[in-house]
Amino acid sequence: MADIERRLQELAKSAIDSGTPIAIIAGGTKSFLGNRVAAEPLHVAGHSGIVDYDPRELVITARCGTKLEEIEQVLSASSQMLPFEPPRFGGAATLGGAVACGLSGPRRPYAGSVRDHVLGCRIINGRGEILNFGGKVMKNVAGFDVSRLMTGAFGTLGVLLEISLRVLPRPAASLTLVRECRDPVPYLCGLASKPIPVDAAAHVEGLCHIRLSGSVRAVSEARNQLGGDTLDGHEIFWEDLREQRLPFFGSDAPLWRIASGPSAPMPNLQGTWMIDWGGSQRWLKSMAGEGEVRQAAEAIGGHATLFRGEGNAFHPLKGALGVLHQRLKAAFDPKGIFNPGRLYPEF
Amino acid sequence: MQFGGSGRESLILALRAMLGEESVLTEKEELAPFECDGLSVYRKLPMAVLLPSTVEEVQGVLRLCSDHGVPVVARGAGTGLSGGALPLKDGVLMSLSRFDRIIDIDPVQRIATIQPGVRNLAISEAAAPHGLYYAPDPSSQIACTIGGNVAENSGGVHCLKYGLTVHNLLALKVVTMEGELVEIGSGAPDSQGYDLLALMTGSEGLLGVIVEVTVKLLARPERAQVLLAAFDDVRHAAEAVGAVISAGIIPAGLEMMDNLAIRAAEDFAHAGYPVGAEAILLCELDGTNAEVSEHVMKVREVMQHAGATEVRTARDEEERSMFWKGRKSAFPAVGRISPDYYCMDGTIPRRNLPEVLERIASLSRKYGLRVANVFHAGDGNLHPLILFDANGEGELERTEAFGREILSLCIEMGGTITGEHGVGVEKLDSMCLQFNPAELAQFHAIKSAFDQKGLLNPGKAVPTLHRCAEFGAMHVHEGNLPHAHLERF
Ligand SMILES: Cc1cc2nc3c(=O)[nH]c(=O)nc-3n(C[C@H](O)[C@H](O)[C@@H](O)COP(=O)(O)OP(=O)(O)OC[C@H]3O[C@@H](n4cnc5c(N)ncnc54)[C@H](O)[C@@H]3O)c2cc1C
Ligand SMILES: Cc1cc2nc3c(=O)[nH]c(=O)nc-3n(C[C@H](O)[C@H](O)[C@H](O)COP(=O)(O)OP(=O)(O)OC[C@H]3O[C@@H](n4cnc5c(N)ncnc54)[C@H](O)[C@@H]3O)c2cc1C
Repeated sequence: MADIERRLQELAKSAIDSGTPIAIIAGGTKSFLGNRVAAEPLHVAGHSGIVDYDPRELVITARCGTKLEEIEQVLSASSQMLPFEPPRFGGAATLGGAVACGLSGPRRPYAGSVRDHVLGCRIINGRGEILNFGGKVMKNVAGFDVSRLMTGAFGTLGVLLEISLRVLPRPAASLTLVRECRDPVPYLCGLASKPIPVDAAAHVEGLCHIRLSGSVRAVSEARNQLGGDTLDGHEIFWEDLREQRLPFFGSDAPLWRIASGPSAPMPNLQGTWMIDWGGSQRWLKSMAGEGEVRQAAEAIGGHATLFRGEGNAFHPLKGALGVLHQRLKAAFDPKGIFNPGRLYPEF
Repeated sequence: MQFGGSGRESLILALRAMLGEESVLTEKEELAPFECDGLSVYRKLPMAVLLPSTVEEVQGVLRLCSDHGVPVVARGAGTGLSGGALPLKDGVLMSLSRFDRIIDIDPVQRIATIQPGVRNLAISEAAAPHGLYYAPDPSSQIACTIGGNVAENSGGVHCLKYGLTVHNLLALKVVTMEGELVEIGSGAPDSQGYDLLALMTGSEGLLGVIVEVTVKLLARPERAQVLLAAFDDVRHAAEAVGAVISAGIIPAGLEMMDNLAIRAAEDFAHAGYPVGAEAILLCELDGTNAEVSEHVMKVREVMQHAGATEVRTARDEEERSMFWKGRKSAFPAVGRISPDYYCMDGTIPRRNLPEVLERIASLSRKYGLRVANVFHAGDGNLHPLILFDANGEGELERTEAFGREILSLCIEMGGTITGEHGVGVEKLDSMCLQFNPAELAQFHAIKSAFDQKGLLNPGKAVPTLHRCAEFGAMHVHEGNLPHAHLERF
């Protein structure tokens, strides 16, 4: 637990003054994701510690270098949680890294994504200024929503120093049903139309896994209604899915993440599939070429990220969208100092 | 900017050629209905009102105005409460009212694609046959448009559990001031690149004109139940709010009213409220039948433990709607007991509710002005109504000073000057208190990234660095609310 904000600001300022690009590095757990940055490292993991947490508020504020593990332990002691179940990919994973990468776990379609829970942030921008946006309250419409803009920006718009997040009570009860599924997409997608407390739904190796969470009675009634076998040790299953430790992930083939509408047909691509997020996140291990994968993803109204493998990580931005991105980057980081190329080669 | 004479003439001619005679209004009596939004103390006539009906027309108008250097203000239903859609004298007002088509309801993916001029409630009505609805429910929902909701990031009583507009959006089509059509987001989660969807939401019409919106629909909960808890001490009620949340329950809505508001509402709506109570909480629980039953018992216990003198559960749907009716009519009800009132819209961390309510009460004594509190307690979004008489010597000035102190108090408590009504022209000055010059400069830089010439709704939402004077607030004269037929929260 340390406050090294001043030091980080000085380092950022001198990089800006000398025009030296920097790579923001926290836990080093998600370096596989996104494009490589060849730049001077700025180590931010040392800026850590929970600044404010009052369970009644359903809000936690912590410095960027705070370990996700620590945050989840502290929340858990008050029977609360980060609703978006951020993947960690290792014990060193930090809050700043999780927010910068904008990754969410299995509960995302039911409880919202990282950005849905970000309430405020404190940043260093590309002018070396320390700025605050948003706050610690749920409802706040003063000024543009910079906190959510920073989420998923992979550190290209500035250094996140401190972040406030909305948290939620842990459900009183939770269990997972497993059943065989021939046609998983319509089944998984259809679950959300029913008044049942589903908070995760995935299809792994021929089996649909449905997690029910809520009050004790609600969960047990829903179990009777849906039927299927109850999975022993189900927390471990979902954690392994989130952390990409399931056998599915254990190979060297390029790993693609294809996001789509939940009921979109499966793209016409050769490879092995795993479906999460009630149908809207599909993992593909495939040797198919980048162009082919992106085209197939677009054909179902989705987009593809190369999660592990050689090539451009992110789906290209089209037309006016690309121009807006470059202008926004310049609005925050006029000299192009932070994580250049990490998100897109152009900036 | 001055834009008169022949430049104006040629622009109008070009607009008429593009949109047709009947879609370009320039006569004073035609312009009058557009001179203000829901904050009617600010009024201005634009150079012209435009009524485009296709995306291509919107693009054409923006290109033309961009070339001529003429500012454009977009307008939905004009129910905004901060002057966001206030016209500019030398600018044009672009009404999106002809974009009123529900393009598609997809019950399988649970999404609706709609044009920006569609009314908020119309989305839920169209989704209802499929057992679905659109969650954000501002009390202006029978009139306000989805385009306006996106531009303001509107909330409603149910946003405690279901989130604000930003949490319920999937995609937008937006036209920039340069006339470029940009597609932001999609039915697929977490779109590539920066989160422009979040940035557009709540941008008060400064970054682009929204021409199409895709929203999430939710399955109707099996059951909704409301509890009314009465307290003989405001502090106990305020503490009960935190206690419910600490018990691990997220109510669909959690609203509070103090004694003055209770009595006014009871006189007006005959909701059966306990008029002797110092405060009441209305707590709505929804979900599956089993879950609601369990939570009702738990909340009842929590309220009693927190010192409630009485806890009632609505016996049936009729009583439930009576409980809500009182709450929903609280603004007009307060309007009847005072010649004028000011409505503030700050948000504070929940834990500071007891202290802030006490400090507002002591400010009320200091200024000699009564305050009624009716608000979204669950998310700490205050709506103190300061009662005053504009004809009273110096009362308006005292009221404004009082309002200023309330908003600074919100900032001091780590809160914000506006929870849902937006900055518009009204809270420009308070923005100077909440943000420092570097932060405001960052906002301006974002604005320029989208609108380099600064022609889209200029002068709203973000103050220039030079400007810092006074706060404003919704001014209601003689109980004459703009849109008085609408329910108010
Ligand atoms: C064992 C090991 C191996 C490594 N191998 C490589 C390698 O092969 N290639 C390589 O390029 N690097 C490598 N690195 C360096 C480092 O992992 C990455 O450069 C760094 O981006 C990883 O981020 P991270 O784990 O902090 O991940 P996270 O903390 O998970 O961060 C992920 C992303 O978020 C950004 N970020 C993190 N914190 C903040 C913040 N506070 N504000 C703004 N943005 C933030 C990071 O820049 C990064 O883009 C390695 C590090 C370690 C420890
Ligand atoms: C009685 C009453 C009750 C209310 N209750 C609530 C409430 O419970 N919660 C709440 O949040 N608000 C509430 N409001 C405020 C208001 O209804 C909302 O802000 C609403 O979203 C405004 O929608 P509108 O269509 O009327 O927008 P307008 O007032 O026409 O415009 C609002 C802003 O949005 C911009 N805009 C409008 N359409 C577009 C577009 N297509 N593209 C780009 N910009 C656009 C305008 O330029 C302006 O800045 C209430 C208002 C009234 C009068």
